[in-house]
Amino acid sequence: MTSSPEEILRGLFDETLVGNAPRVLELTEEGLALGMEPQTLLFEALIPSLEEVGARFERGDFFVPEMLIAGRAMAGAMERLRPLLAETGVETVGKFVMGTVKGDVHDIGKNLVNIMLEGAGFEVIDLGVQVAPEKFVSAIEEHHPDIVGFSAFLTTTMPMFKANMNALEKAGLRDSVVVMVGGAPVTQEYADAVGADGYAADASATVKKAKALLHEKRAKVTA
Amino acid sequence: MVARREWPVDIHPLPPLLHNQPQLIAGEVRRLAVELLASYDAVAVGYADCGTYGALDAVCDELGLKRLPGLHCYDLYDGEARLAARLEAEPGTYLLTDFLVRSFERTVVRELGLDRYPELHDDYFRHYTRVVWLAQEPDAELRTLAQQVAERLRLPLTVVPTGTGRLEAAMADLLSSVISG
Ligand code: B12
Repeated sequence: MTSSPEEILRGLFDETLVGNAPRVLELTEEGLALGMEPQTLLFEALIPSLEEVGARFERGDFFVPEMLIAGRAMAGAMERLRPLLAETGVETVGKFVMGTVKGDVHDIGKNLVNIMLEGAGFEVIDLGVQVAPEKFVSAIEEHHPDIVGFSAFLTTTMPMFKANMNALEKAGLRDSVVVMVGGAPVTQEYADAVGADGYAADASATVKKAKALLHEKRAKVTA
Repeated sequence: MVARREWPVDIHPLPPLLHNQPQLIAGEVRRLAVELLASYDAVAVGYADCGTYGALDAVCDELGLKRLPGLHCYDLYDGEARLAARLEAEPGTYLLTDFLVRSFERTVVRELGLDRYPELHDDYFRHYTRVVWLAQEPDAELRTLAQQVAERLRLPLTVVPTGTGRLEAAMADLLSSVISG
């Protein structure tokens, strides 16, 4: 079956939206076979679709499972596209180290943020869940990321943000890395109170905010 | 409990599934409380913070209401400090109450979409290491069901008999503060 590029893009958007992972992978292959650019598939279909998923979640039309299957479908396509994107020599937008804080094992939101960051061209290093302050510190020393993200979901684990910040200060790393925080209970006020540089309420807002913070950081360095 | 203690109280429940959309809890409580304030001498809120992250307290302050203490329902059975210690000792703890044991298929399996998308099991539970059942009134039937839940989650089950004493004490405190205040 041969489809036109427009049909491929529409199909990718629609099938990601309903989380049909096998079909998304098929369409990705078809698109590539047609000679479509990986960036086109990503920016004109996959990312807009996951943004629509986020918007539906916000409105209450989608719940967690719908969001997860869509995320899985997109992640499957990313697996296929990642090496191709690397080959095209497009520079990464920036390096992002991400983890769910110590004591917390909620990670759905974090994983979605990672997919969107990666789609937007960030190199993401995911430290997983229950990440202790020392582990964030050593990951920053090892990878020299532009941004580090802390994710928390429980009232009882939110104070780990402050503990992480203190650990960064103590290790003398605070000024070398931009800190973003997020997770269902987190607010801008809370982010300000712990001294983070940025907060975002969902995955697409995280991408926007991360890019803006990097821009600011680089402007400062060159100024 | 209310009947046994002969408390002069009517219970007006809100749907328990609101816990999966905690951003709606404060608004729903507000709506029901305003309605009830018109016909009762006093109204008290039978919720803990329950994932509203302070929004419920704002409603309580606004309407002059009091609520049950704690961060979530589990605190009311196990006690805040004991539960915090349990979660700290083993963060990958998944908690059950009698209600969750009984309604697991509906409140957890269906709500998380595991009936429709069993492949999501690992996305949800990959990092969990045990199930802890805060058993309020365990009987043979509930024990069997709790075991089945743990098997479904492929995790070992620990049974912690909590009774309902803490909830009852918290309810008594709440009522006396509402009636005297
Ligand atoms: C799904 C879920 C679970 C799943 C988690 C699976 C997983 N692998 O993550 C399961 C069922 C296993 C679970 C377990 C528990 N949960 Co739970 N869970 C939820 C639920 C329903 C949804 C959370 C979610 O995934 N949302 C979907 C994602 C996409 O949204 P999000 O998380 O907000 O993420 C977005 C943003 O926050 C942001 N973001 C996220 N991270 C980051 C990071 C950065 C840096 C940035 C910038 C942005 C960002 O972008 C994300 C994408 O858009 C919430 C209720 C709710 N609706 O919030 C309760 C909730 C968070 N859970 C709660 C509780 C109590 C528990 C348990 C203790 C219950 C139990 N029975 O044992 C355990 C916790 C055990 C533990 N030790 O951690 C409470 C927390 C209450 C509190 N005051 O702390 C809540 C609020 C439910 C409630 N009303 O009581 N849970």
